[in-house]
Amino acid sequence: MESLTSVIRQVPIEHYLFLSFVLFSIGLAGVLFRRNTIIILMCLELMFNSVNLLLTAFSAYHNDPGGQVFVFFIMLVAAAEVTVGLAILVMMKRNVDSVDINQLNRLKW
Amino acid sequence: MQYLFYFFAAISIISALMVVSARSPINSVIALIVCFLSIAGHYILLNAQFLAMVHIIVYTGAIMVLFLYVIMMLNLNQRTEPQKKLLTRISAVVAGGVFLITLLGATRQGLQIAAANPEDASIGLVSQVGMALFKDYLLPFEVSSVLFLSAMVGAMMLGLKEKATT
Repeated sequence: MESLTSVIRQVPIEHYLFLSFVLFSIGLAGVLFRRNTIIILMCLELMFNSVNLLLTAFSAYHNDPGGQVFVFFIMLVAAAEVTVGLAILVMMKRNVDSVDINQLNRLKW
Repeated sequence: MQYLFYFFAAISIISALMVVSARSPINSVIALIVCFLSIAGHYILLNAQFLAMVHIIVYTGAIMVLFLYVIMMLNLNQRTEPQKKLLTRISAVVAGGVFLITLLGATRQGLQIAAANPEDASIGLVSQVGMALFKDYLLPFEVSSVLFLSAMVGAMMLGLKEKATT
């Protein structure tokens, strides 16, 4: 156990930053790229997870368990958000018979 | 041993790209499950074992099953789905790339991490995280249960069939 923590320190924290930035940017591009609402929700999950990974990395490098508690809370909020989001998606499919995000442009008014 | 990090990182990035680019929603879900499992591998490498278990249970066990269930229930697995206009898609990729460049430029000088606490091998284990959760963050923990209750009631309200009287 002692060896695992000291071995992973050989990976610089910048590499975790880079990985997390790439995952977040892929999620952001996916939200803008796709029209299917369910894929947009999945890209949101991807962005949540990149932030979670970065918080955990900082927490491990800082020797502070507080960051991991925050990741736990983010997971809770993500679970609640997905539940409500999928319920909205089911209702949207029922009402307008489509999951196309462009169908929701009536929300502008 | 640290090559495991780069191995998991490659899996995460490739499967994240597959999530965005896959044609059928089922393939997207499978790629996202692979991505989440590799992120759980990252958590284990960071010695955050509690988070790794919670991540596997909550994300791959609950959230992705919910996604799959909704896709099957609504029969969303079409082969051809409408695409956005080419200009919109190009600008989406450009926006993601510019955002990545901005983030990288902001952290170009590198980071100096000063450890807040002395080195402790048990930092991510259940006992340490549990002590932090139930001592320092007890009130947010209890409030989050209320959040869950309201999310559950909200989802049921949204899912109910509307009466004809409205």
